[in-house]
Amino acid sequence: MRIVVCVKQVPETTESAKINPETGTLMREGVASITNPFDMYALEEALRIKEKQEGDHEVVALSMGPPQAQEMLKEALALGCDRAVLLSDRAFAGADTLATAYTLARAIETLGGCDLVLCGKQAVDGDTAQVGPGVAEELDIPHATYVRKIASLSPQAIEVERLVEGGIEQVEMTMPALLTVVKEINEPRLPSLRGIMKAKRMEVTVWDAAELAVDAERVGLAGSPTEVVKVFTPQLEKDTQILEGSPDEQAKQLIHGLRQAGLM
Amino acid sequence: MKYIRIIEENCSGCEECLSSCPFGAITIEDGIARIGDACNLCGACVDHCAFGAIEMEQSEEAIVSPPAQGGVWIFAEQRSGQLSGVVYELLGEGRKLADELDTPLCAVLLGHEVGKLTGDLIAHGADIVYLADHPELKDFRDEPYTAIIAQGVEEFEPEIFLFGATSTGRSLAPRLAGRLRTGLTADCTELSIAGEARLLEQTRPAWGGNIMATILCRRHRPQMASVRPKVMKRAIADTKRQGRIVELSLNAHQLTSRTRLLDYIPELIHSINIEEADIIVSGGRGLGDSKNFSLLEELASMLNGAVGASRAAVDSGWIPYRHQVGQTGKTVAPKLYIAVGISGAIQHLAGMQSADVIVAINKNADAPIFQVATYGIVGDLFEVIPALTAALKKEVS
Ligand SMILES: Cc1cc2nc3c(=O)[nH]c(=O)nc-3n(C[C@H](O)[C@H](O)[C@H](O)COP(=O)(O)OP(=O)(O)OC[C@H]3O[C@@H](n4cnc5c(N)ncnc54)[C@H](O)[C@@H]3O)c2cc1C
Ligand SMILES: Nc1ncnc2c1ncn2[C@@H]1O[C@H](COP(=O)(O)O)[C@@H](O)[C@H]1O
Repeated sequence: MRIVVCVKQVPETTESAKINPETGTLMREGVASITNPFDMYALEEALRIKEKQEGDHEVVALSMGPPQAQEMLKEALALGCDRAVLLSDRAFAGADTLATAYTLARAIETLGGCDLVLCGKQAVDGDTAQVGPGVAEELDIPHATYVRKIASLSPQAIEVERLVEGGIEQVEMTMPALLTVVKEINEPRLPSLRGIMKAKRMEVTVWDAAELAVDAERVGLAGSPTEVVKVFTPQLEKDTQILEGSPDEQAKQLIHGLRQAGLM
Repeated sequence: MKYIRIIEENCSGCEECLSSCPFGAITIEDGIARIGDACNLCGACVDHCAFGAIEMEQSEEAIVSPPAQGGVWIFAEQRSGQLSGVVYELLGEGRKLADELDTPLCAVLLGHEVGKLTGDLIAHGADIVYLADHPELKDFRDEPYTAIIAQGVEEFEPEIFLFGATSTGRSLAPRLAGRLRTGLTADCTELSIAGEARLLEQTRPAWGGNIMATILCRRHRPQMASVRPKVMKRAIADTKRQGRIVELSLNAHQLTSRTRLLDYIPELIHSINIEEADIIVSGGRGLGDSKNFSLLEELASMLNGAVGASRAAVDSGWIPYRHQVGQTGKTVAPKLYIAVGISGAIQHLAGMQSADVIVAINKNADAPIFQVATYGIVGDLFEVIPALTAALKKEVS
């Protein structure tokens, strides 16, 4: 079975990231790049399938991004992926989710197709959660989002549990299929020293637009119907009213305030 | 084409722009700013530069918005024959947009034996309900829903199409946008119409709520967006309203699916789930132990609310993941959010800062949660929460 895991490099938003109270902008010293946290769960799940399921399995980490994303893919190799492919071309820049999904799907076809595609629930920079279902549509395969468990898996069918409003859905799909996974699905591993050494000797495959034989009208900025026309920092600050006094007095004031706001 | 460029003569190398870039794409080389490959052409740096050294150019290609008279559509999501709460919010917001565009508001309803819901949709503002009723459509499944709605869109050509940003909406909408090859903006918190071009201005938080982005879809129709639940105002019912029902055509091929819903298991432990709750009482690491969550459960049940948690509390194993609020958890927008022993890390704020009223209870006066709070109580939660619960009990009796 071939499993493709879509991974994206994102800027790190650490616990130390703070909003500058005066300017309302983000205070960041030297932004580091990390693998999108949700994609780590997707990678882990693919590796677990490879280790636990009978048969020959190949795990391919796939990413679209600037050349520096190779570093992230090296980490995926260190974790145990068999292959890593980076789609990198000036022509891919400025892609929205539609163009990204198209490009990733073409790459999966260039690989010769696959049995299972795993994505993270969403990327923590764009926060759209749209690329996964978009790839499934472009490949014409079924998909399930917010997957918290793979209950069973065979070359013909997959049964999963999805987290939905107020409960859990058990869903069965034919293979090939695509899943987007949430954090609950597993506990990602750390790379082993052996893995890191092995990854050093492995190459990340880099493909450009020509190699994918993509339609130039459908990639990058040209292939993106959505257009970001403005970016601004949200007004976080509120006029906070600090309630003073003993806990009983504080409770009384709070209830009074909530009642005035029509909340009780 | 659009591009961003540094006007080198103007650049002072002051580094002020570095922090303005959400993608970390700007570096300083030889005392001059450089835009790297990570640039997403968002333009955040342009206004930020005090020296006018960054410019964004956009060739003025004729921007034609294709004709589309099919109205404003909303997806009338239902589960087990019940409309989900966000549908009323979409109707409220959709009505506003439709009135501004002077075009009908249409609801798209798929399911089995759901005809009884059409009256409710019309009472809440729909002029037309596009209906597909079939046993195979009883439960939501991406493939048949996509196929049927896509055909409806091609036939009736809506200008705008809105979805709730729910687990269903966020699964269906991207699949449909892919099929229709149009733009889709995720998880919007503000929508408006921009002038004569009849363009939908879609504003949404991104990057964990650190930035807001306004997005347009000029060249493709429909302009699609998912809308964060609980943010828009609900439509008010008017039972005298009149509307039409139009049946969508179905064929056997559209109804086939490679996905089967085996079961839906509602969560029984906490009767109200956090996506739907108007009031959420959330606990963080400050609670210190799983058993202390009972304090919050008592308070929440008195307020008829749900219990949420920070990632730290979930990672400690005190409460299951589905209660997690924030970037890696759920995004909520209740009327009232009470944060108890939560520091207010940026990833947590991302999931709750659009709540109407925020109450923060924390013993550290410098905790960032106080910056977004409406009411702050600096104190020990183990004193404050019992006092609050007791005062509420007194109120009731
Ligand atoms: C990529 C990424 C994604 C993330 N996603 C999420 C997410 O989805 N959701 C999320 O919540 N976090 C998320 N985080 C983690 C987040 O940054 C924080 O680590 C986490 O929210 C902190 O939780 P906390 O406020 O409960 O704990 P802490 O930061 O440890 O804060 C505990 C607070 O309790 C107060 N306190 C202690 N005792 C008492 C007492 N007796 N009375 C009153 N106050 C008391 C303390 O003063 C402190 O402010 C993410 C992080 C990353 C890097
Ligand atoms: N440029 C990319 N390269 C590879 N995978 C991606 C890329 N963008 C998004 N993805 C995948 O799609 C998921 C959802 O991303 P998004 O729709 O951007 O929130 C991510 O968790 C990744 O698995």
